[in-house]
Amino acid sequence: MSKQTTGLAIETAGLVKTFGATRAVDGVDLSVPAGTVYGVLGPNGAGKTTAVKMLATLLRPDAGEAHIFGHDVVREADAVRGMVSLTGQYASVDEDLTGIENLILLGRLTGHSKQAARIRSEQLLEAFGLSEAAGRQVKNYSGGMRRRIDIAASILNTPDLLFLDEPTTGLDPRSRNQVWDIVRAVVAQGTTVLLTTQYLDEADQLAARIAVIDKGRVIAEGTKGELKASVGAGSVHLRLRDAHQRAEAEKLLSAVMGAQVQLEPDPVALTARVGTGDNGQGAAEQAARALSELARAGITVDNFSLGQPSLDEVFLALTDRTTDTANTTDTTDQGAAA
Amino acid sequence: MSTATTTTGATTTESEELAPVKGESLAALLIAKDRPPRPSAWSASVTFGWRTILKIKHVPEQLFDVTMFPIMMVVMYTYLFGGAIEGSPREYIQYLLPGILVMSVTMITMYTGVAVNTDIEKGVFDRFRTLPIWRPAPMVGYLLGDVMRYTVASAVMLTVGIIIGYRPDSALGVLAGVALLLVFAFAFSWVWTMFGLLLRSEKSVMGVSMMVLFPLTFLSDIFVKPETMPGWLQAFVNNSPVTHVSRAVRELMQGGWPTADIAWALGWAGLLVLIFGPITMRLYNRK
Repeated sequence: MSKQTTGLAIETAGLVKTFGATRAVDGVDLSVPAGTVYGVLGPNGAGKTTAVKMLATLLRPDAGEAHIFGHDVVREADAVRGMVSLTGQYASVDEDLTGIENLILLGRLTGHSKQAARIRSEQLLEAFGLSEAAGRQVKNYSGGMRRRIDIAASILNTPDLLFLDEPTTGLDPRSRNQVWDIVRAVVAQGTTVLLTTQYLDEADQLAARIAVIDKGRVIAEGTKGELKASVGAGSVHLRLRDAHQRAEAEKLLSAVMGAQVQLEPDPVALTARVGTGDNGQGAAEQAARALSELARAGITVDNFSLGQPSLDEVFLALTDRTTDTANTTDTTDQGAAA
Repeated sequence: MSTATTTTGATTTESEELAPVKGESLAALLIAKDRPPRPSAWSASVTFGWRTILKIKHVPEQLFDVTMFPIMMVVMYTYLFGGAIEGSPREYIQYLLPGILVMSVTMITMYTGVAVNTDIEKGVFDRFRTLPIWRPAPMVGYLLGDVMRYTVASAVMLTVGIIIGYRPDSALGVLAGVALLLVFAFAFSWVWTMFGLLLRSEKSVMGVSMMVLFPLTFLSDIFVKPETMPGWLQAFVNNSPVTHVSRAVRELMQGGWPTADIAWALGWAGLLVLIFGPITMRLYNRK
């Protein structure tokens, strides 16, 4: 547990937080390089928010330690607070106040003079396209506007580390893209961003490295490429005409492709993960063979697609594997090696 | 190639076209890495007090409990008990008004707890707690804002009292009495910041407040002189902080200088802050 600080914005070792009998965060080790976007990916209730709250000094860890740019989050909480900003899942601004009042309030609290706080607030509102809404109470803002004012409030003083806890949950696709643009602009100026999300495409779009969290543990860590490579070359999605034939199709596919076949919630759909090719075959050839076998067996396929593994599949594969615990080790090894 | 299918686009309240984010101006703003020095404890507290006042500006209805409630208290009790206790409402109000002032202001201190509790539910509280400022500043800010409200309540009650016949003997004494009451109310509010942080819902804060406030304010010398009470009750009433404050305020307004009661009132105020201030801060840091 040495305190190495070089180039790391966040370093945690064995971080634990329990609420009653639940271990919300159960031994998390993270190393986040400075100046990048780091994605923390996980389903609802995985422990993402709890982990972020510990790192942002809002919760005291029950065990383990965490350093932000070398400063301990418990013993040097005040120094940490001087370097980080947090944008929570809900708008972390006062809904009764107007946009500009919120920013001036926080500007004053971060040490700006009245004059400077007002100027900086106006500039931020302008840059975030909120000038017209400046005089309206935040409770009357749309979801996209709230997110913007929230992020604006976090960068009144440019932070060294910005926590964005599910910044696009509940936003429509266009507002989400705009939040992504903001994140890119922030990180381009040298701020480290820790982004939690349950959307894989979001992590895919923004993050350089990703940690996948499930049930309070990091189940995989690495670059996007590394994570995708860990589940194979791709997968074949099939929709059959007749749900009764699915069991038969499943048997056939696993025989032909030698791959793990997954039954989808949709009773006519199934997905086969294409292995990296035990006999040197590419994904497309394997899929072609599978299709002709199905046709020969008299199974009608309505719809067929062959895809590169998306992070979605990575995610499902990883979270599946933790449920049958036998396989957990290989993914965590992957994280350690990366 | 990304799978943009899973976005829960449920909340689309976008009724208007949002202006685009201006990348370059944002970048220019982010370049400024120099940070101003941290605000002083006082400046941070005052800024939070300013927030309370802004909230009153946007939601003026919240002044209802510092205007209508106190008026109701003065008028109701003066005419209800006046004839029975002192022979006439006009006689009674000379005794009652300072006490009912203490009672009403003490009662409205509980809204501090409600405000704290409502705020915790919202994300803004987390933001305040991640700011590098003097830790008690948000709490002190609530209380500074509330002192404003207590001042309004006192002014309203004195005005109504004077209209219906209260005649204080010393204007200076009235000011001194109100000042003493404000100090006590500020200190007493720390009890509610504690409950605001401790309890789960606004309703339970209200419930607990009532359990504490009703006996504490009624079992005092506010309505009747303690001499008329049974001995065991006198023992409680004569040592209650509310009695000390109301006695001090009453005598100050009559032009006297009740040194002992003033000292007791200030002592109680100090004790309350010493006990409930640290508990509040501990809860605030642990929340």
